[in-house]
Amino acid sequence: MGPEMSANSACAFYDLDGTLVSTNLVHTYLFFSRNQPSALRTLFKTAGGIARIPAFAVVDRVNRVKFNEMLFSLYEGEFEDRLLELAEEHFEEVYKPNIFPGVYELIQASQRRGLRQVIVSGSLDFVVRPLARHLGIDDIVTNRLEFKRGVATGKLVPPILAGANKARFMQEYARTHGVDLVESYAYSDSYSDYPMLAVVGRPAVVNPDKKLLAEARVFNWPVLDLR
Amino acid sequence: MIPREKDNVVHIDSDSPPRVIHSGEDFLYEHLPVGTRVLYPNPPMKGLPNPDAAIRYALNHPIGKEPLYAQLRPGMKVTIVMDDISLPLPQMKLPDIRERIISIVLQILGDHGVDDIDLLIANALHRAMSPSEMKRMVGQKIFDRFYPKHFINHDAEDPHAIVNLGETELGELVKTHRLCAEADLTIYVNINLVPMDGGHKSMGIGLTDYKGLLAHHNPKTMLECDSYMDPKKSELANSGNRIGRVVDEHLNVFHIETALNNRMYAAPMEFLGKNEDDWSELDRLAFQSTRWTLKKLPRSAKREFFHKIPSPYELIAVFAGATEPVHERILEKNYEQYAVPVKGQADVIISGIPYISPYNVNSILNPVLVQVMALGYLYNMYRGSPVIRDGGTMIVCHPCPDEFDPDHHPSYIEFFHRCLPETRDSFELHKRFEKEFATNPTYIEMYRRGNAYHGAHPFYMWYWGDRGRSRVGNVIVVGAENEHVPRILGWHKADTLQDAIEMSKDFTRPNPDITMVHIPPIMISDVRLTDEEQKARDLKEAERKLRPRELVHGS
Repeated sequence: MGPEMSANSACAFYDLDGTLVSTNLVHTYLFFSRNQPSALRTLFKTAGGIARIPAFAVVDRVNRVKFNEMLFSLYEGEFEDRLLELAEEHFEEVYKPNIFPGVYELIQASQRRGLRQVIVSGSLDFVVRPLARHLGIDDIVTNRLEFKRGVATGKLVPPILAGANKARFMQEYARTHGVDLVESYAYSDSYSDYPMLAVVGRPAVVNPDKKLLAEARVFNWPVLDLR
Repeated sequence: MIPREKDNVVHIDSDSPPRVIHSGEDFLYEHLPVGTRVLYPNPPMKGLPNPDAAIRYALNHPIGKEPLYAQLRPGMKVTIVMDDISLPLPQMKLPDIRERIISIVLQILGDHGVDDIDLLIANALHRAMSPSEMKRMVGQKIFDRFYPKHFINHDAEDPHAIVNLGETELGELVKTHRLCAEADLTIYVNINLVPMDGGHKSMGIGLTDYKGLLAHHNPKTMLECDSYMDPKKSELANSGNRIGRVVDEHLNVFHIETALNNRMYAAPMEFLGKNEDDWSELDRLAFQSTRWTLKKLPRSAKREFFHKIPSPYELIAVFAGATEPVHERILEKNYEQYAVPVKGQADVIISGIPYISPYNVNSILNPVLVQVMALGYLYNMYRGSPVIRDGGTMIVCHPCPDEFDPDHHPSYIEFFHRCLPETRDSFELHKRFEKEFATNPTYIEMYRRGNAYHGAHPFYMWYWGDRGRSRVGNVIVVGAENEHVPRILGWHKADTLQDAIEMSKDFTRPNPDITMVHIPPIMISDVRLTDEEQKARDLKEAERKLRPRELVHGS
């Protein structure tokens, strides 16, 4: 799947939410919560999710890892096969209409350059996979839900992929696949991904938040608007 | 009529007043050594009294083509292509000449039942113009009618937009925009600010892509231009002509070319267009107060101030029809406005570098562009022979801040800070780095969706300076506010003009011939060599031919 890897080959690493698509982890949770087996459960899950949004917003500002833990705890009790089944529908309904228009051009230009395409995201593996297939992404590095006997425990398989951990995952990925990080590209929209951007030789910020834009100006990082 | 030398050439004596020299967004006001020759542009030629009538006349009496109205039939598809914001400089006072021409063209098209019309900006790898800039260029009415669906920037990275038309006899790729390839008629609306503009360059270069540009935007071609402003002796023009002729074989192009006068300055900056010997007390006062005000302002405010002052250019000629005969007529007018007869070269030339170049309208003149203004434009503003002798010293004035526009010139930052410190050799830069920049997906996306120059563009700017770099012995920059920018450019630095002149004596001879080129406004020196200079030049050319260099061509 994707270009053949050679020694010193380079990658394009993409954050997902806010970078390639305009949705975020909460949209994904709300999709699954409103697609429950019963109407009562749908109401309960959706209302619970919406009620927590202000708390999510506060925690996200303070600690991205904690935010992920809080959000994914809502998946507790979900059946694995059901989540996998709904993942394609989630892609069609949530991701596909919200892919930024410039994403296709960027990935195509990057592929022409011979870069290996990798999504590095705090989202869940099964929701990212259909999107990756659609965009021609070679690899995904994502969070994974922990399942026991086919039921989600509401915990993530550690270590949780967020903030500085993204950079560590990318370094590990580079070591494993013989990737030259200095020649690699990384794209993100959020200041929380600063480590991910700082670890490659060719970072660029995409539709950046205010704080990241300020950093990008300081370091002369290119600023892209894919909207 | 080309003025005699005495109208444009001043020799400084002990009573002469100081001269104004541009230095970015500021001015120096300097006494020059006695004996210094100062070259001034010609005064602005008189504008055509009724530009609209002149445009209509040109459309109805074209050269080498049927009149525009005779080529029209209801239901046909027409694409109107125009030059981008790099012309004219600074932007002209409204209405822009493109608005005038396109308004008349649209009226004629409408009268003949033609309404399938697209407007296309021939920006090649230049940055896309913003909607407000596009509106300024064509006016509110045309903008509202066509933008955004039928008024677009050329996108050299859009594979669906580029159509291959073939190759020239020398294998140069010929490409164009799909809107032109599929149109029954293409109308090109040009502004010829200098003789290197227009002609086949408009369609052949303005609507191609990176691969198409490789044929001529390379170090070898640039070195073979003597000069860019003399199309007959410019390999860049030759290549553009070969490509454009193939374009003309495939497309029906109705070319409209215009020449403007050089009335660059309006009030309150009118004094800048005058010889200081002719300044009134009011001019002196206006200059001093402008200078005082500028000193108090931060650079960004000064920049904004200057970019907001449009030039009251006037139309001096308009011709329409087939590309080549139209261009020849316009070139004659260009030279009539710009050519200044000059006898003999100089060991040292002095000039200011202003705040603007074709590549930083509404933006920053970054160090790479400062370089292209000195070695690319100032050096090449000649016909016949350059004002500066081979091996001479060029003194330019500019603060050289290490400042770049991150949205317009993102690849320039990397080029300047990563590539140039490794090598200043254009052939090496071309070989080692150019393709990498041209295929950088971030730069491509910033060019396509943002307002960035293409990743390869800073390389062209560096090659543009190659001819000058290969002939000029030393460049001294006066007033650079840091050490590293001149060092990276390979230039010397002097704190004052007097210091620079003293330094130049070490590089040339104890009593050098000094010439100040008093630009802007634009002028082209029509240099006639003295017999001695001609002999020396012939000898050097013969020596140069005996030491051929291995050159790459479009690889």
